[in-house]
Amino acid sequence: MEKAVELIQIVKRFPGVLANDHVDLTVFKGEIHSIVGENGAGKTTLMNQLYGLLRPDSGEIRIFGQKVNFKGPRDAIAKGIGMVHQHFMLVNTLTVAENVVLGSETTRGIIFDLKEAQRKVEKLSKSYGLQIDPTAKIENLPVGMQQRVEIIKTLYRGAEILILDEPTAVLTPQETQELFSILRKLKESGKTIIFISHKLNEVMDISDRITVMRQGKVTGVLNKNETNVKEIARLMVGREIVFTVQKPQAKASDVVLRVENLWVKDYRKLDAVKGVSFEVKKGEIYGIAGVAGNGQSELVEALTGLRKPEKGKIFLLGEDVTGKPVKELRERGMTHIPEDRHKYGLILQYPAYYNMILGRHYVPPFARGDFLDQKKIQEFTAQVFSQFDVRPNNIKMLGMNFSGGNQQKLVVAREMSAKPKLIVVSQPTRGLDVGATEFIHKALIELRDTGVAVLLISMELDEIMSLSDRIAVMYNGQIMGEVDPQQTTIEEIGLMMAGHKFEEVRRF
Amino acid sequence: MSSKLWAFVVPIVSVIIALLISSIVIVLIGQNPIVAYTALFRGAFGSKLAIASVVIKSTPLILTGLAVGFGFRAGLFNIGAEGQMVMGAMIGTAFAINVAWMPAVFAIPLTMVVGMIAGAGYAAIAGFLKAKTGAHEVVTTIMLNWIAEYLSSYVVTVPMGVGFGTPKSPEIANSTKLPPLITVQATELTSGIIVAIIAAIVIYIILEKTTKGYELKGTGFNPYAAEYGGIKISQNIVLAMAISGALAGLAGTLEVMGVHHRFLGTLSGGKGFDGISIALIGQNHPIGIIFAALLMGSLRTGSNEMQFAGVPKHIILIVQAIIIFLVAADRIVRTMFIRKKKVKVS
Repeated sequence: MEKAVELIQIVKRFPGVLANDHVDLTVFKGEIHSIVGENGAGKTTLMNQLYGLLRPDSGEIRIFGQKVNFKGPRDAIAKGIGMVHQHFMLVNTLTVAENVVLGSETTRGIIFDLKEAQRKVEKLSKSYGLQIDPTAKIENLPVGMQQRVEIIKTLYRGAEILILDEPTAVLTPQETQELFSILRKLKESGKTIIFISHKLNEVMDISDRITVMRQGKVTGVLNKNETNVKEIARLMVGREIVFTVQKPQAKASDVVLRVENLWVKDYRKLDAVKGVSFEVKKGEIYGIAGVAGNGQSELVEALTGLRKPEKGKIFLLGEDVTGKPVKELRERGMTHIPEDRHKYGLILQYPAYYNMILGRHYVPPFARGDFLDQKKIQEFTAQVFSQFDVRPNNIKMLGMNFSGGNQQKLVVAREMSAKPKLIVVSQPTRGLDVGATEFIHKALIELRDTGVAVLLISMELDEIMSLSDRIAVMYNGQIMGEVDPQQTTIEEIGLMMAGHKFEEVRRF
Repeated sequence: MSSKLWAFVVPIVSVIIALLISSIVIVLIGQNPIVAYTALFRGAFGSKLAIASVVIKSTPLILTGLAVGFGFRAGLFNIGAEGQMVMGAMIGTAFAINVAWMPAVFAIPLTMVVGMIAGAGYAAIAGFLKAKTGAHEVVTTIMLNWIAEYLSSYVVTVPMGVGFGTPKSPEIANSTKLPPLITVQATELTSGIIVAIIAAIVIYIILEKTTKGYELKGTGFNPYAAEYGGIKISQNIVLAMAISGALAGLAGTLEVMGVHHRFLGTLSGGKGFDGISIALIGQNHPIGIIFAALLMGSLRTGSNEMQFAGVPKHIILIVQAIIIFLVAADRIVRTMFIRKKKVKVS
């Protein structure tokens, strides 16, 4: 078999880290090759070198057997490499065709030839089964379609080797399946695909071969047919991982949070939450699933006092707390793990022990009168650090110097240790590796079992499915339906995430 | 190197570099930098009188530096120290003229309090506008500076004015004059410096030891996280502006109580704006600000002697500008050090 990509003994060093430690990677022509690894394992660094964004300190890159020395992405593109980034690089106000040809426009003389561009895009989309309207504006397209435009863009530039960096993170399960069928078609027509992900089920679904990385090194190259999720996870993390969250039956009792016909506007003053009602009970995890941007963020902000709702009522432990400030909600026993830990969760310039008391900084034992009790604060933080295994175990380190996973642990530890009655948890494991994810999942279940009401909002369907005792699906600011995770399927929830009401879904 | 050590190293290195660069300028204008700097040093520390002048010049600078620095720590850029200083001096004087009957034990602290309240109230206007409407404090405090300037010119000429020539208020009551620490020739070194140092210590305690300080700094660093942590942002903005203004108001009042003994209108000589430079050089740390103010005070006092030695005293403006530039861009100094050190692999 012809080798499309050969990376030989690649070393890339950043100040303080060896990001790639003598990495070998071979990708054959016409295969779908996955690269998996924890956060910071060096996957993206490796791909950036292949795409010419970074230059290796040492080692060799060969494309179709020929040694290359990329000075920038332009060189890589010229050699037939295309990359679809996690964040799309599209101009929202332009049409599909305009976006595709942007940078190497079709021209007639010096005049831009739009017709020709549209014709070319149409031809490309037909030959690879990427159905799309070349005249549609990007801003009117759903995320899955935008991703297609990105793929067509790389094909238009003559890509033979496609790199996709976590392409499924933004997709519904249905969109993911559509993407996979596109990838298979591309493979049939001889394209080579490098797929980066940390969702192991998807990796097992789509790949031919899998390269596993850990701490900058390759820990295994596997044939899909000869391996399983457990083995990949062990190679990724270096220990056994328990996937199925072990949880006893929930003992849900009294209603802790009741939301009635809640309407919330977003920052553009448009309705983001449109009449949502639900209840969360003591001792249960109530999950809200949905694709990002369907009103979940605004819902959470309204519940936690960061945004004033327009209409509707919120009851906490039977009392009306609609529009109450954060401080009062916290005093009434609500804590909140925010989706954006850098924006809301942490004061990055504060040391860890100051971050650990945010929200309770003015109450004993952390404050004596108007003064902070440094000793008590540090003792408390040290104890929480060991309980939640935050690393490094240095409570004086500034928030900004912790890794993403440990920053999240800081936030989770703070909000869980505040003895909440209701905890609102938004995207608790976004961007975290399997080890940290497992830890946070366990901690949430334990919290539930001590009688805390947990409201979990997540875009990760697996997370919602395995943790929740009841699931609501949000689409376009409304709840499409509420289901029991024992009696539903990923497909059902996926359809609701795409805007079908529960009643319709059950009729299918 | 730890960040605490850096806070010392950066300003000191900056001063040295500034003096070196300025010496090139001195050479270019045909003078000897060694002669110039010797004169500068002698002018600032060569005699008791010189030292007393340095302290007198530095006192208001410590307070305006604290005013601006405290604002910075809470995420606010208070450019209005100038106006707040004038308001403090004006209203402090109005009070001090009328309390001749009061014994000094009460009159002195009360005058200070009145001046602080005046500065605080004036700054709180900008805080309130920011909290309620989002109007940026840089814009509003600059506008308030002009209002203070013209208001004080009017007050010192018409309602409060006495005598002929330079507009001035009547002298303040003897019971409100600050007692001198020492008297050198005709120069009285007043106890204002002690008040300024106490103010710096109080600000240090507020910032580092209290829950309010935690909230104010937190709001300055990340207002979103502060709000998420239940901290009331708008309340804290008004409070931080008020404390900042109180310090500037105190600076103005002490000038009246300790130096001029009457209100002279807008003759604060830009000390409110100097507060910005001093806060920068002192890295917004109360103790650092004391040293920065003393540095600035001694450069200014010494510059007169330098002028006698034949070097224009405006050279110190170059020194000052380079120091500020280097401290503000402390990454430059840091990089110069880090380049030489090998990157450690963790």
